[in-house]
Amino acid sequence: MAKRSHSSMRVSSDADARRAALPVKPVAHTPLRLDRLIHERLRLGIVSALAVNERLTFYELKKLLQTTDGNLSVHARKLEEAEYITCHKSSEGGVSRTEFRITAAGRRALDKYVAHMEAILGAVKS
Amino acid sequence: MTQSPHTTALHEQAAESLRFIHATMERAAGFSAVPGWGGVLMGLTALVAAVVAHPRRFTEAWLVVWLTAAVVASTIGLAAIVLKARRSGMPLTGPAGRMFALAFSPAIGAGAILTFVLYRNGSIEDLPGCWLLLYGTAVTSGGTLSVRVVPLLGLSLMALGMAALAAPAVWGDAFLAAGFGVLHIAFGLVIARRYGG
Repeated sequence: MAKRSHSSMRVSSDADARRAALPVKPVAHTPLRLDRLIHERLRLGIVSALAVNERLTFYELKKLLQTTDGNLSVHARKLEEAEYITCHKSSEGGVSRTEFRITAAGRRALDKYVAHMEAILGAVKS
Repeated sequence: MTQSPHTTALHEQAAESLRFIHATMERAAGFSAVPGWGGVLMGLTALVAAVVAHPRRFTEAWLVVWLTAAVVASTIGLAAIVLKARRSGMPLTGPAGRMFALAFSPAIGAGAILTFVLYRNGSIEDLPGCWLLLYGTAVTSGGTLSVRVVPLLGLSLMALGMAALAAPAVWGDAFLAAGFGVLHIAFGLVIARRYGG
């Protein structure tokens, strides 16, 4: 299993693409460490969108974040594996429906990430 | 203090991340800002109005009842939108709120003008169809960026409006009760259940 590095904010797009195919687990982060799991733009978008909605369907998230089915599936799965979001699949009248919700851990991770970004801004200003 | 290029890049990246989070949250909150329970209450208002208005159909009293119901329902709807937005911590005056208002208002404005014109011309029996058609248009346009059920509600209201314009005028209150009442309640329940109030 690949381990994630939390030491830097810089993420190359190639490395990101490779990582997207590997399982990722959240790691408790200190103020100096960045949670790279939600630092990735689409994953950050998923968590942010779910933070202000009780639940959103796959279609709604795709429309909202203007992404492709494949991209959304891969990144949503990462967040689900990390237990930042939950996924519920159902069928209504023969049409399958996938719904996502944010978990308490996902909300905490987003709050920490925002605090981290604000701390960086504050540190630079001071 | 002189900042190194690395510090500046870090600072810009952090600011950009925060902007992205805020913009996504605002777009997402606007996405489901339409109030479910508010819609149910608006629907109940319409059902009461239909019962009160029907015996007075197509008189000035009938018009007063429906216009009063419209004011009450609008107040309920607006209050519910504000409460839902406050709960999600998102401002109503952001781009999502402005886009919704810009898309929703023209058809409502047209409805107000047509109401006056049809009343002046003594054709108030055409009002139920016009109201449903134009309110449906407003909901469909305003709901373009919202969850799928919102434009679907708009299209259903438009279909009812067209049917009301084609049907005998005496069915006007039934169409208004079905559109503003039953559809609002049904879609309101779906929105409340799926999109948190």
